[in-house]
Amino acid sequence: MTWAGLLLWFFALAALAGGVLMLVARHPMRVALALISSMISLAGIYAILGVHVIAVFQVLIYVGAVMVFMVYVIMLLDLRDSSFLQRYGRAVVPSVAIAALLAAALGAAAGSGRTMTAAEFAMLQPGSTPASFGVQPFSVAFLERYWLHFEVTSVLLLAAVVAAIAVVRTGRRRDG
Amino acid sequence: MDSTRLLLALAVTLVSLGFVGVMVRRNALVLLMCMELMLNGVILSLVTFAARSATLDGAVLVFLVFVVAAAEIAIAIPIVLLLARQRRTLDVGAWSELKG
Repeated sequence: MTWAGLLLWFFALAALAGGVLMLVARHPMRVALALISSMISLAGIYAILGVHVIAVFQVLIYVGAVMVFMVYVIMLLDLRDSSFLQRYGRAVVPSVAIAALLAAALGAAAGSGRTMTAAEFAMLQPGSTPASFGVQPFSVAFLERYWLHFEVTSVLLLAAVVAAIAVVRTGRRRDG
Repeated sequence: MDSTRLLLALAVTLVSLGFVGVMVRRNALVLLMCMELMLNGVILSLVTFAARSATLDGAVLVFLVFVVAAAEIAIAIPIVLLLARQRRTLDVGAWSELKG
């Protein structure tokens, strides 16, 4: 097994361990740290796959923006409330059973597939060359072919900011 | 086991773990984080297929999903803050009357 294969297994097991720790940790801050370690392991997996742009964005956007925001809110809301003492709700056994069924169905669907050979792939997409995932080809594809989607996401982000401000203002008015 | 199968199995496991977390945990912030874990599992499968098909369109789609996830968390956290301020707790059992 090559070094890349070993690292892939290592990062996969680290991501899995982070996911399991999220379920058993009691304090939300520990859950957040487990999720951050899982996300960084996933970024390592993306880097091994050669998708460096996505690996960088995973660290920048998810760990750098979303999870820092989440950690900030956890520190803001450190109420020693009942959800810390009692981790789980009542429906533990049925939900674990449903999740096991879901995993079995998804795994069966993924496992029954057959990986395409290179010849079949070339027949499906004529004239496509294997692209590299560097920053330059990514940005060329992004801003030449997908510029409309880029603009639409900026509108979406603006709508999210306006909605967040509206939600916070409504709460303040009700509190008096 | 080749790497595509390994990564698909990991994606399925992460989605299922996140699902268990959403169903089982009581803390509202932990619920949000488990949803992020499910989204990460889905993104992992997307990146796996994008890297395997060696086209840039998948990478662009993953980037757009990142932006949507950031927007989602930017609107979900103020809602949780508002709910926590109203009931003085993060326990989702406090809003069980929402079941109707």
